Amino acid sequence: MSEATLNTARRPVAFRGGGFAPKTMRWVGPLVFAALIAFAEYGTRAGFISNLTMPRPSDVLATFITLWESGLLWQHLLPSLTRLAVGAAAGAAAGIAVGVFIALLSYIRAALVPLVAAIFPIPKIALLPLFVIWFGIDEGSKYALIALGTFTPTVVATYGAVDNVDRSLIRMGQSFGLSWFSIVRKIVLPGAMPGILSGLRVSFAIAIILLVAAEMLGAEFGVGAYILEAGSLYDLERLFVGVTILSILGVGVSSLLGLVEKRVLGWRV
Amino acid sequence: MELLLDNISHHYGDFEVMRDITLEIPAGKIVCLIGPSGCGKSTLLRIIGGLEQPQQGSVVQIGEPPADSLNPLTYVFQDFALLPWRTVEGNISLVLEEHGIRGKRADEIITAVLMRTKLADFRKALPKQLSGGMKQRVGIARALAVNPAVMLMDEPLSALDSQTRELLMDDLIALWTRQPFTAVYVTHNLQEAVRLGHRIVVLSRRPGVIREILEIEKPLTDRRFGDSDLESHQKHLWTLMREEAMASDMELVSV
Ligand SMILES: Nc1ncnc2c1ncn2[C@@H]1O[C@H](COP(=O)(O)OP(=O)(O)OP(=O)(O)O)[C@@H](O)[C@H]1O
Ligand SMILES: [Mg+2]
Repeated sequence: MSEATLNTARRPVAFRGGGFAPKTMRWVGPLVFAALIAFAEYGTRAGFISNLTMPRPSDVLATFITLWESGLLWQHLLPSLTRLAVGAAAGAAAGIAVGVFIALLSYIRAALVPLVAAIFPIPKIALLPLFVIWFGIDEGSKYALIALGTFTPTVVATYGAVDNVDRSLIRMGQSFGLSWFSIVRKIVLPGAMPGILSGLRVSFAIAIILLVAAEMLGAEFGVGAYILEAGSLYDLERLFVGVTILSILGVGVSSLLGLVEKRVLGWRV
Repeated sequence: MELLLDNISHHYGDFEVMRDITLEIPAGKIVCLIGPSGCGKSTLLRIIGGLEQPQQGSVVQIGEPPADSLNPLTYVFQDFALLPWRTVEGNISLVLEEHGIRGKRADEIITAVLMRTKLADFRKALPKQLSGGMKQRVGIARALAVNPAVMLMDEPLSALDSQTRELLMDDLIALWTRQPFTAVYVTHNLQEAVRLGHRIVVLSRRPGVIREILEIEKPLTDRRFGDSDLESHQKHLWTLMREEAMASDMELVSV
């Protein structure tokens, strides 16, 4: 090293490569919930949140426990879960299938993309009376409503995801003489899976919203019916129990998808 | 099986890519295609393998491929084209499944090609765990698995660093020596061309026409890094290429 460089000031090069790389932090999410609940509990006890604006979390918990012990919880939850599972599964399956066809077949794309764009913005709940006529007042119309609500966002997510599959992989498949069906099953679908799964997160959230809406409009049992009843009686504790159940349902579905993603998408860099 | 490219011309719209390409691909030889960037080498390779249709002319297959050849015209891709969600083994079985080869028979083929490409230890690895050189070995193993009559290689080594390239070139030569295969090998790298090519086809700038065909008689196994006769071939090729490259630069200026 020359004299000049020896004598001039030195400092380390500053690190600027951090961030933009999400890490898993398990405890943060639960902590946020706990803090919010603790705040509400403290506020209602101290009195700066009035009992009319917000029920006390411990009362909500007590109401939940009575609901649990009376066995009514399952009476409401089981039909809801069934409706959600059947409706969302049907909608998602049909959505993925149609999305793949839209992405791969020009005629179907030309025919269905405008149709999907037309159906997407319709609030599906507005169609419930129609569904009641078509599919009957019982479960049929609820399944159909949830399925349709799940269907459209899944279609859009799927064909976007398929469009983004690496073309060179498809060409590779063709060059090895793979049949159309094999290419779809072994190259296109797995390649589109990341996009499809993140689309399903949105679709399933919409499915939960529609589940409640459908149950509010006509069901004896179900989380939606429970919430509607509580709401009309201004029973805030029960209302919050219902809402909490929905949130837990949402978190459950989302973490279920997270598990699936971890299993199915382990190959991602 | 031999291939004959019969008077092939191709254009995209009014954009002429190549003109009147007539070329023989003799069995058991490696034909190298070199030419300036954009002269249509990749396009020609896609045409040869039936992934694209030429506007004029045709690719003729002379003789039958060997009976045990599952996919007579098989590519090795520059970007490897491995399915990232399948292991090394899975990527190879992908192309075997299509021909109903599963279970024990697939296993035997996979073991054999992994052995030939020195990948035996990486059978269960995912592509993201492999270096570039390894990935291309998998690409080559996959191609060998279907027992091709002609291998179509589009700059297979150009994504690799020069040391890895050198090693893989040796591997290719060893593979060829053990069992001569027919190949069309596109490259930018003149050194690769003179090491691997029995016949080197120089294409002109776009629209690509055949400028010269150079035959190198020296057996592949006797060719070494830095051989003087190879260097003189390489120099000759470089003169040709430089003229083309300079001419196409001039064209750009005049546009
Ligand atoms: N599908 C396509 N549509 C329109 N133009 C194309 C298409 N494919 C290739 N071209 C054009 O044709 C020309 C030849 O392309 P090609 O990829 O065959 O060149 P190349 O010789 O392989 O070049 P490189 O050495 O850079 O790989 C290029 O100018 C390219 O832009
Ligand atoms: Mg190219």
